[in-house]
Amino acid sequence: MKSFNYTITDPVGIHARPAGLLVKEAKQYDSTITITRDGKSADAKKLMALMSLGVKQGDTVTVDVEGGDEETVAAKMEDFFKNNL
Amino acid sequence: MEARSGKKIFGGIAIGKIKLYGKAENKVVRTRIDDVDAEIQRYEEAKAKAIEQLNQLYEKALVEVGEANAEIFNVHSMMLEDDDYNESVHNIICTQNVNAEYAAAATGDNFAEIFANMEDEYFKARSADVKDITERVVTILCGGAENSDIGDEPVIIVAEDLAPSETVQMDKSKLLAFVTRLGSANSHTAILARTMGIPALIGVDYDESWNGKIGIVDGYEGKFIIDPEMPVLETYFKKKEADDAQKQLLLTLKGKENVTKSGQKINLYANIGNPGDLASVIENDAGGIGLFRSEFLYLESENYPTEEEQFQAYRKVVETMGGKKVIIRTLDIGADKQVDYFELDKEDNPALGYRAIRICLTRPEIFRTQLRALFRASAYGNLAIMYPMIISVDEVRRIKEISKSVKEELIAEGVTVGEVEEGIMIETPAAAVMSDELAKEVDFFSIGTNDLTQYTLAIDRQNAKLDSFYDAHHPAVLRLIQMVCDSAHKAGIWAGICGELGADVTLTETFLKMGLDELSVSPGCILPVRKAIRDTE
Repeated sequence: MKSFNYTITDPVGIHARPAGLLVKEAKQYDSTITITRDGKSADAKKLMALMSLGVKQGDTVTVDVEGGDEETVAAKMEDFFKNNL
Repeated sequence: MEARSGKKIFGGIAIGKIKLYGKAENKVVRTRIDDVDAEIQRYEEAKAKAIEQLNQLYEKALVEVGEANAEIFNVHSMMLEDDDYNESVHNIICTQNVNAEYAAAATGDNFAEIFANMEDEYFKARSADVKDITERVVTILCGGAENSDIGDEPVIIVAEDLAPSETVQMDKSKLLAFVTRLGSANSHTAILARTMGIPALIGVDYDESWNGKIGIVDGYEGKFIIDPEMPVLETYFKKKEADDAQKQLLLTLKGKENVTKSGQKINLYANIGNPGDLASVIENDAGGIGLFRSEFLYLESENYPTEEEQFQAYRKVVETMGGKKVIIRTLDIGADKQVDYFELDKEDNPALGYRAIRICLTRPEIFRTQLRALFRASAYGNLAIMYPMIISVDEVRRIKEISKSVKEELIAEGVTVGEVEEGIMIETPAAAVMSDELAKEVDFFSIGTNDLTQYTLAIDRQNAKLDSFYDAHHPAVLRLIQMVCDSAHKAGIWAGICGELGADVTLTETFLKMGLDELSVSPGCILPVRKAIRDTE
């Protein structure tokens, strides 16, 4: 499993639009991608679960990637967070 | 005959049959089914149809009300494709042997509740989105058509409120006017009415018994008359005829120059508050946009709009204007425009309080986000930035420092930035008096006459008791305008007016004599002012 932490800089956090983009991105990969904040986790391929984490600006999330392509996927997800959130 | 008053959204006269528009209520009954697979199939088909509808709505909204307003339909279709939501529907059908309508409605209620219980206001509001998508699927399952059919004859639509999906779907050729009880000047209904140029009123307390009666909407006076008596109807038929003739006459002015008989030229630009107003800017032949109020991005959203959201909105406007000048004013929140998530304190004198540039300079993170979006959008057209509520040279220098660092930051990131004129609003007596010094710091001045008049005369325009003291043409204000214009020209920059006074055709000749370079008025006033310019010697 590959993991990284990321602190959200987007002023509204993981709101509908970036959550949608994140789901689209995550669905391209076979690996399981889990977003965790304060002990609550959500599958990055599920929009409503992701939104119901209620991640706000300044929150730090842990992103866990598990699967055959975890190395490349983790790097790609990290880029995605930096560019969109 | 009855009459009501409401808030004017768009001028014009409409006479026609009243049609009460209400949401279709689906009654969901829980029934037992035997063929679970067939029921799941029914749900999947309905869902696919709902997504197809949402995609069509997105395309339609994109053209009619702009990308920022259309985005909601994209989010809705993504929510319908959510795995958890769909699993829940499947599960309820399988384990309880119930119909798809019931399974979808129950799932919708559960998910809506999850969001409704969240702390953050933004996420709380998503509960309405879940209900909306569920309603769409249930309507399809119940075999109901969407309630957008407004019939074959032209009607005045009267409703509690109208959702974007409803207004976007209505047949535009059958819409005479909108009258709603709820909604705001920035609501989707309002945007649509202005974009289409049809009369609209909001805040009207209507009665359901009016359905089918003849009504008159007077968008100029903010009046709604129901079941008019013959003489009133005749008066309005004449008014409408005159109004149509005036509109027709003004159309002949399209494509003509803003030039006086003796050859003096002046730029005539439009004031807008939303990308949705672009259609009427083009329709009325504006030479550019002299004031694009960026507040809509903040007012219509439930949290701080992101750099990307702002960038998309600004880019759309400059691209649509195709190289014509677009002057975007940085956020002017505070005073009469309050936004919850800014968490501003209540003030005794909001007009003299914490607003506009004062917020930007004390909360630079908000300011920098907006500036980054603006500079990024500048690569797509002719964009200028205007800063509101200035009182000193020092403020302007601080703003310029921030804007310079934002620009350098973007260039360092490899982002293309266009040539951007930076100017200020002159709306405080302090700025007018100091205009000779300020002119050395900026590229242009735009005079905000509404605030300048209120601050100069110390008269609150909302206070009707002061009407007898108020003089829109007060010589003190006119002298300040002359002073600002002279200061600008001495420093080699241009000066214009973007307040309501700019559209006052009894002053057009005065402004031309003063030597102003630009007048920016609401789109509907462009052609009347052009006429006044062309009638001037």
